[in-house]
Amino acid sequence: MTDFGLILSGLGRKSFRTALLAFAIFIAFLIYTVLGAFRVSLETAGDASSETRLAVSNRINFTEPLPLAYLNRIQQVEGVKDVSYSMWFGGFFQEERNFLLAFAVEPDSYTRIYRDLNIPEDQRQAFVNSRDGLLVGRQTAERFGWTLGQQIPISSNIWRRRDGSNTWPVVIRAIYDGSDTQGAVAVYINYEYFDEARAFANDTVGNFNVQTVSPDVNDAVIRAIDSQFSNSRAETETVTEAAFQAAFIDQQGNLGLIILGVTGAAFSTVLLIVGNAMVGAVRERTGEIAVMKTLGFSSGRIGRIVVGETLLLSFIGGGLGLLIGWILLTGGRELLGGFSPFFGTLRFSPAVLWPALGFMLVLGGVTGLVPAWNAMRVNVITAFRRI
Amino acid sequence: MSEQALIELTNVAKTYRRGGETLSIFSDLNLTIPAGDFVAVMGPSGSGKTTLLNMLGGLDRPSSGTIMFDGAPIERLSENQLSAWRAANVGFIFQFYNLMPTMSAARNVELPLLLTSLSGRDRRERVRTALEIVGLADRMGHRPKELSGGQQQRVAIARAIVADPKLILADEPTGDLDRVTAQEILEMLQLLNRELGKTIVMVTHDPAAAKYAKRELHLDKGTFEERLT
Repeated sequence: MTDFGLILSGLGRKSFRTALLAFAIFIAFLIYTVLGAFRVSLETAGDASSETRLAVSNRINFTEPLPLAYLNRIQQVEGVKDVSYSMWFGGFFQEERNFLLAFAVEPDSYTRIYRDLNIPEDQRQAFVNSRDGLLVGRQTAERFGWTLGQQIPISSNIWRRRDGSNTWPVVIRAIYDGSDTQGAVAVYINYEYFDEARAFANDTVGNFNVQTVSPDVNDAVIRAIDSQFSNSRAETETVTEAAFQAAFIDQQGNLGLIILGVTGAAFSTVLLIVGNAMVGAVRERTGEIAVMKTLGFSSGRIGRIVVGETLLLSFIGGGLGLLIGWILLTGGRELLGGFSPFFGTLRFSPAVLWPALGFMLVLGGVTGLVPAWNAMRVNVITAFRRI
Repeated sequence: MSEQALIELTNVAKTYRRGGETLSIFSDLNLTIPAGDFVAVMGPSGSGKTTLLNMLGGLDRPSSGTIMFDGAPIERLSENQLSAWRAANVGFIFQFYNLMPTMSAARNVELPLLLTSLSGRDRRERVRTALEIVGLADRMGHRPKELSGGQQQRVAIARAIVADPKLILADEPTGDLDRVTAQEILEMLQLLNRELGKTIVMVTHDPAAAKYAKRELHLDKGTFEERLT
């Protein structure tokens, strides 16, 4: 037997209480893990932005279209290196519950500008050269079991074809891997193939995606683009991609605060529950602690054993919380990834793991301090009088 | 101090403050216990028997006077030094056994050895030997609640001797046992004294138990009266 054996013996003294305390800690860390993954995803959402990419959308709001004819004029703006465009498709596969984050894009320019989609070059070429090609994120491909060359129907809950249907048959030509911060959820169809068949709003786009020659010219390019279309029937608002992401994150600010609040409340509650229970547990063991002191165990060593108990409890409950949280996140990413790229980026990352280990250490240490101090102060003579 | 003395108390006084009053337990206690002695300390309630035992075991300090153990004073040792001293030199036996309820007999006996540098293997050997001495080698894996009162006290005795201390302090070791079991325990203490040379100081109310010691000390009104058994 070692001091670790004494720690186990202490925790095993009332195993049901120990199990309940571990469960309380487990719940707190489960909440932390899942909400922490949300928070990390929110915070890193902007990391995928490029300093040389600009987003041009309708000044009224981003759901209003812009004329495709703007393309040539944007391309002529000094400092613009490349321009592409995209349109929200509003897609699903077979049934509406199989939601797809789908866009119609100009394949060549779009995949040039968004190199960070990480598409194998041969597949990129196949997508660019195919009128009915589909570019698919790996997570979505795995979700539906799609493979290269497979023909599938994708439908829109916004757009109608001239023939009355809402389904575009496409062939999967490329699968991209994305990045840790970007995920690989969205699907892209060829804008031309989409536009020639749709029944209304032809030759309009949702956004122009502009790449500048350098971040230094961004401001000038933004001013030039927006001034070109001022007083037109579709005025533009051009922002950097980083600013666009920052605005998105700002919108999530309250959510981040809520996550912080919920996690903080969970930890505070657990701190009080475990701390209070351990104070009681040590009080129950006053006689045993007095015996240990009589045998020659120093107060410091007894204090360390008590802190060891709360640390072990914290790591057992916390470890289980992390484990189940990881399982939920992995399953949830696959289940919900198709609904939003945000869910697709949910991961059990080191940014969740390391603070969790730190919290376990702090929780175990803090909840052990008072009972350890009480144990160290046990007076042998007084304790034996009470036995 | 005589050459063979293991314990020597000189002019030991002990007072407590309670409710603003100073209560004197002893004022000038002198006692010499040679190595290998078996002393029974008797006396009426409140005479200070347990206080004396606590001071001999380094659990309490005298208000004045000196306590020498094996030629060295112990009353001025720090708390940590006293803990280490107790671990090396003193074995305790309590009236209510005071075993750890969640630990097996073997684990209970092993406790004092955690304070030594012995390897796990050596500790296990010592535990087995100690439990064999008290006749419980076949109950090593049993928890206290699975043992009778007499068996629990024998486990406590094994715990008291496992680290091979020079001194064993027993506070009413048979106070919670029936007469037959008490007799077995007292014979075991006699055996430890006689065969292993352990110095034993036993506090008891029971005159029959005191007969097992080599000598009886009657503590009353702060002084000893000695009777040979």
